[in-house]
Amino acid sequence: MTGQDRTGASSWSFREEDSRRITSILNEFLQVSRARTALIVDRNGQMIATVGEQTAFDPLAFASLTAADFSANDQLARLIGEPEFGSLFHQGEKDSMYLADIARRVILVVLFDNQTTLGLVKLRVKSAVGSLNHVFIEMQAREEAGANRVESGFVGDAEDEIDRLFGE
Amino acid sequence: MSMINYASREINCKLVYYGPGLGGKTTNLEHVFSKIAPTAKGKMISLATETERTLFFDFLPVDLGTIRGFKTRFHLYTVPGQVYYNASRKLILKGVDGVAFVADSQIERMEANIESMQNLYSNLAEHGYDLTQIPFVIQYNKRDLPNAAPIQELQAAINPGWPVEDVTRQRLTPDPLHEGEFLIEQVDGHWVERAPYFESVATSGDGVFDTLKALSKLVIKTLG
Repeated sequence: MTGQDRTGASSWSFREEDSRRITSILNEFLQVSRARTALIVDRNGQMIATVGEQTAFDPLAFASLTAADFSANDQLARLIGEPEFGSLFHQGEKDSMYLADIARRVILVVLFDNQTTLGLVKLRVKSAVGSLNHVFIEMQAREEAGANRVESGFVGDAEDEIDRLFGE
Repeated sequence: MSMINYASREINCKLVYYGPGLGGKTTNLEHVFSKIAPTAKGKMISLATETERTLFFDFLPVDLGTIRGFKTRFHLYTVPGQVYYNASRKLILKGVDGVAFVADSQIERMEANIESMQNLYSNLAEHGYDLTQIPFVIQYNKRDLPNAAPIQELQAAINPGWPVEDVTRQRLTPDPLHEGEFLIEQVDGHWVERAPYFESVATSGDGVFDTLKALSKLVIKTLG
């Protein structure tokens, strides 16, 4: 599907140079904030990037729940007359999460423990959010300008695989 | 809104099971989860009430494997069917690539089916999507029950067809799955198109994979 598709839905792509820019922003953020891991999840529930300490949880489950959590809170914000909650904080006994909106398209998730504080994370995240906003707005402009397609042969191969996997 | 991640070489597509409450959406996912190879499936998540009614969604990732260098994956979601959970239902449709509407064949549920179909159409429209333009299939579930309505009656009520405006598509198109039936045909002088449909008994698994197979192929075609 393309941005101009009649469905109104737009596909988007994530390139290696995007990955490099995002990784570098997140690495710098982790260093100055002393947080453990930073993740980027798209609003539809797909994991885009993980930087920092490896995590033990299922990334797909994590991404779908993060997107749902953020979307549900967006609706709660509207109910109380706020346009959105730009960030969320979930406090645990040892580990906590801080979530921030990026360009209304993806969510930055910061995992941190008692090696740092919420105050320091919030202070340092501002500059990272600013830089990430910039990257994702640029990506969005690129998607609107051109279509993304898989190479020829992909559809046929995928259909064969669907027959094999869902054939029972 | 499939996402192609060239950095991690991944393609992810979102398929949503929609339909009235207690129609069998979660049962579809449970059957897929129970039958699919362990290497192809991820963790199934159900956000349900204590009485096992879906509260927010069920989620099951299914891996198709690596195709032409891209790890290809379907994210299967169900929505809560009960009327009053519309806010959560609408959220799940965000970024959807394909929809399977699970209708309850029982004659008493006809109204609920129609209401849910209208709700699907308007919730998609609020996201800027047009149901007649995205991959879409219908599953008539609970075909084993004695009070199941005849297929013709269900088709007339739930899948009556939408107008085909594009003249290049105004061609008699047989339904490959049902002999003597058509996906695109002229009715009273007007061209109409219907969604492909499947009969199922999700509790025993009949028709579950046929539905998923058809929907996932329609979605894959949109990538090419």
